[in-house]
Amino acid sequence: MSLFAYPFMVHAIEAGTIVAVMAAVTGWFVVLRRQTFAGHALAVMSFPGASGAALAGLPLAVGYFAACGIAATAIAAGSRTDERRNLAQESAVIGVVQVTGFALGFLFLSLYGGVLENLENLLFGSFLGITTTQVEVLAGVAVCALAFFAVAGRPLLFSSIDDLVARAGGVPVRALEVAFLLVLGLAVASTAQITGVLLVFALLVAPAAAAQQFTPSIAGGLGLSVAIGLLVTWIGLALSYYTNYSVGFYVTTLAFAAYLIARLSRRLRPA
Amino acid sequence: MLSQDFIRLALLAGTPIALASGAIGYFVVLRSQVFAGDTLSHVSFTGALAAAAAGVDLRFGLFAAAIAVALLLVLLGDRAASDDVAIGTTLAWVLGLGAFFLDLFNRSSHGGNGVIAARTLFGSIFGLSGGQARLAAEIGVGLFVVMLAIARPLLGATIDSKVASAQGMPVAAIGAGFLVLVGVDAAEATQVVGALLMLGLIAVPAGAAVRLTASPYLALTLSSVLAVASLWLGVVFAYVIPSLPPSSAIIGVAAAIYALSFVATSFTARRPYWPRGARTENG
Repeated sequence: MSLFAYPFMVHAIEAGTIVAVMAAVTGWFVVLRRQTFAGHALAVMSFPGASGAALAGLPLAVGYFAACGIAATAIAAGSRTDERRNLAQESAVIGVVQVTGFALGFLFLSLYGGVLENLENLLFGSFLGITTTQVEVLAGVAVCALAFFAVAGRPLLFSSIDDLVARAGGVPVRALEVAFLLVLGLAVASTAQITGVLLVFALLVAPAAAAQQFTPSIAGGLGLSVAIGLLVTWIGLALSYYTNYSVGFYVTTLAFAAYLIARLSRRLRPA
Repeated sequence: MLSQDFIRLALLAGTPIALASGAIGYFVVLRSQVFAGDTLSHVSFTGALAAAAAGVDLRFGLFAAAIAVALLLVLLGDRAASDDVAIGTTLAWVLGLGAFFLDLFNRSSHGGNGVIAARTLFGSIFGLSGGQARLAAEIGVGLFVVMLAIARPLLGATIDSKVASAQGMPVAAIGAGFLVLVGVDAAEATQVVGALLMLGLIAVPAGAAVRLTASPYLALTLSSVLAVASLWLGVVFAYVIPSLPPSSAIIGVAAAIYALSFVATSFTARRPYWPRGARTENG
């Protein structure tokens, strides 16, 4: 049976492609800035966002984006002391934001009552029920995110690599950090609708991490990251379609394999 | 309230687990390993589902998975730069495996309705049996004693690993052993508050303690005390308000304490500082 025979598979492939490109580009900066944990916490926020929206009777997407926006602001506000990044404190703040999100999500879910059968989809995603509208919204979000990187990419790169020098050079480091976290939240919230809350990472971090093992070049790294993300998504979707096991399993396993291969090949290459 | 069996069991199992998690959490925060702790807690979810799919005791799956991944993190982690990335990719993959086992389990003859998944993810402190509670209490006490025993060398290895290794301390082995302890704690805490919220007992009270005091032993004690307080208050709230899930209540109390510590230290002129040598960027 052809992969493109059903409209739901066509939608899944369209959505997967958009998500893979956006997540890979965003992820490249996440890996560079060592904000993987923040990405994870923001992904988790779509859980309270979704269950809160269900409880309040709002559209799910509103809940997703609101929760991610609040969390991104909280993380950016809480993670700095004395002008420089304090990694230990940052990780504690992120941890607190994340568990609070989960606790709230679980509370909303039990107040809402009787939607536990949807829990699995919420957490692990489902490529199956994607509508045309969802694909259009995703495309819009992706364009916004990529536009942000086109405009702010250079100063963001500067401040990611050397915070202090960038600040001395007049780059608005703090504002960039908040803006980046908000874009990250946006990207993650839309990705989570496809891959599920828990599996966002596979597309956000692994392709970028593998790419950065292969090449330090910026353009090469971004390109490679997108390429790996697309391959992982397409192969994962195809495997899932033909074998009937969950997409999440295939996508994460392929992405992890890409990362391991990148680590190994770096070790084997002469320094 | 204390005449209820399930409350007594919840406190019997929860108190030692909270005590141990608070102590372990202090080092987790100090070593900036919150993300690793978070990963180990999610991992137990996969372990439990794998055990359910294979039809063996859930607890076996919990512990095996948590310890195995702790060792994997030690192997992949490279203290220099890519730590959080290695953890993140491992986490994604392990969760993917969890989704796979969930599939398998749902298809097998005793296939469920997501109850196991929900219980493992969010915990069921009010549904413990006598045997489970006793085991949890024993493991909690054991972990706490081990933490007290290794607190001093671990503190040395954490705050200044170069000096510690120059003094002949096996810094790498201490780090690996510590991660395994976190794994064991995560596996046990999973049964009390659930895989997703276990981080609450580990990171949140410790995060508050570290903000409030810079003295290591005081912070260690404070962290354990706050963890136990969160658990007790959470259980009381969940008992009084039946629609409030106990896991949410416990984490809610812990988060409130953290928020208070944040506010309290924001207004004082001299902020408590981190022990010297704790990792900061550019420094």
